Amino acid sequence: MEFLLAIITGVLYASGIYLILRRSLVKLIIGLVLLGNGVNLLLFLMGGLTKGSPPIIADNVKTIGEIYADPLPQALVLTAIVISFGLQSFAIILIKRAYKVLKTDDLDTLNETDNI
Amino acid sequence: MNAIITYPLIFQAIVSIVLLFLWQNVKAQRMVSIIGSAIGLSISVVLFNQVWQKGTIAIQMGNWEAPFGITLVADTFAVTMVVLAHIVAMAVSLFSTKGIVASRVKFGYFPIMHLMIMGLSGAFLTGDIFNLYVWFEVIIISSFVLLTIGGKKAQIEGAVKYFTLNMLASIIFLTAIALLYGTTGTLNMAELATIIPEIEDRGLVKIIALIFFLAFGVKAGVFPMYVWLPAAYHTPPAAVSSLFGGLLTKLGVYAIIRVFTMVFPVGLFTYEWIGIVGVLTILSGALGAFVQKDIVKVFSYLIICHIGFMIAGFSIGTQLALTGVLFYMFHDIIVKSNLFLVSGVLHRITGSTKLASMGGIMENKTTLAILFAIPLFSLVGIPPLSGFWPKISLFGGAIVSQKWYVLAALIFGSFMTLLVVAKVWLAVFSKPLPVGSPKKLFKYFDDFNPSEKRILVIPILLLAIVSLYFGLFAEHIQQLSARIADELINNQTYIETVFRK
Repeated sequence: MEFLLAIITGVLYASGIYLILRRSLVKLIIGLVLLGNGVNLLLFLMGGLTKGSPPIIADNVKTIGEIYADPLPQALVLTAIVISFGLQSFAIILIKRAYKVLKTDDLDTLNETDNI
Repeated sequence: MNAIITYPLIFQAIVSIVLLFLWQNVKAQRMVSIIGSAIGLSISVVLFNQVWQKGTIAIQMGNWEAPFGITLVADTFAVTMVVLAHIVAMAVSLFSTKGIVASRVKFGYFPIMHLMIMGLSGAFLTGDIFNLYVWFEVIIISSFVLLTIGGKKAQIEGAVKYFTLNMLASIIFLTAIALLYGTTGTLNMAELATIIPEIEDRGLVKIIALIFFLAFGVKAGVFPMYVWLPAAYHTPPAAVSSLFGGLLTKLGVYAIIRVFTMVFPVGLFTYEWIGIVGVLTILSGALGAFVQKDIVKVFSYLIICHIGFMIAGFSIGTQLALTGVLFYMFHDIIVKSNLFLVSGVLHRITGSTKLASMGGIMENKTTLAILFAIPLFSLVGIPPLSGFWPKISLFGGAIVSQKWYVLAALIFGSFMTLLVVAKVWLAVFSKPLPVGSPKKLFKYFDDFNPSEKRILVIPILLLAIVSLYFGLFAEHIQQLSARIADELINNQTYIETVFRK
């Protein structure tokens, strides 16, 4: 399972980087979305995949005896997903706006602010 | 008692919520923002005073003991940055009352600005790397909105570049966090400081450190990831540029200093390549500033050049050099914010930001010219002014550690800064205003009534007084920087404070 997830993470990173290197504005955003998903998966994977019970300590004992799933990566991934959701919706509005104002989808023509 | 750490955050959130209720009421928003900034500044000064008197304090959020919960830590470094952020916020709030037009205010300029100050305070005060990431996101989302409010063509174009690189930086940052968590099993900085030296796989630690440097480097604008900065910073109104130029890039430097001194200290990690990146940043910033013909872009490249000073200085890795870096950073926050405000007023006076079509300030507005000279010459570091003193420690650190390439780059950078400032002075202040420049449909400085003019100038005066204080009472700031450098290098107090039961 780890191996499979590692491969998927790699593919997501690679395709994300490939897409952000393209000249199209839309592909740029899709690339960023894929990278964002890749990193969430990586975070999840790095927390360790265990088939364990939730880490709840019963009333009458001091520690957890059995194997438990680390809750922290799940909390981190959840936070990261929410944040990337917000950013991605902003990105989509931004490219819509950019297309309206600049009338182009080609990143190579976006060089007006860099002119001396 | 330590709950005072959270007050700057909670207070800015409250101000921002109050402002949201006043969505359409421009006048009330302006009043609330100024009052809110003033109270926020006094809260942060009280916090600073407490930390200065009693030393580092920490609070565990939700009463989850470290390292399980999120810890907020107020050491001298964090509270100094919080105070500086609030000083800049105060000036920008005042400036925005006339510098930001009503239509922009109606799109939520003020609430977002206060959210950004909250994000900055949070990023400075947190003791947890994932929490740092969350605050970074709060800041960049606010900055996206501030950058795009108004929706002009150049703004949108700048925003696309700014957005892409900052989002990429966040993704890289999160990748680094994932790898760090997988390696160490914790994200609490105090605990990381004790765990990292025991990791056997040094190669992995180095790679994680590299990815962290890449992520923070994009935010700080170091070579070669600075391209978004001059493309974006000249597009929004001066008040927004001032906030960005003064605080956002320095946040990247803050994160580098904090994470590298706590988690990847000099003994464990080679700093050579950080120095090389810093030197290249100085070179590209200095040369970029020299060829630009737009005053705001000149200042943007100067930011890059001086970020290079801090990065190259930091790479020396001794306490002496770190003192210089910290002093330089404090001075730079105030001066750069001030310069962008100055560029806003100059734009209002001459109707342009192109060096060729500006001029005549010395002739027509002598008092203002003298006031504007203070931040400009502070930047160069003419002796009694604030830019001079940190360079003593910086140069001294480079000489003692025999980092000659850093020393050479610092001297080159200072020299180029002098040249660029002289060029700006000649073009804008002493050259007469070019005749025949067409009047634009635009509210010029002279069209404002005297009280409005005063409101535009007072924030500049306020920041100029702060930078004069930094220059004339340099021993206070030097003492403060030395204490922070000591706390950062001998981080036992920090760790003990976090884990105190």
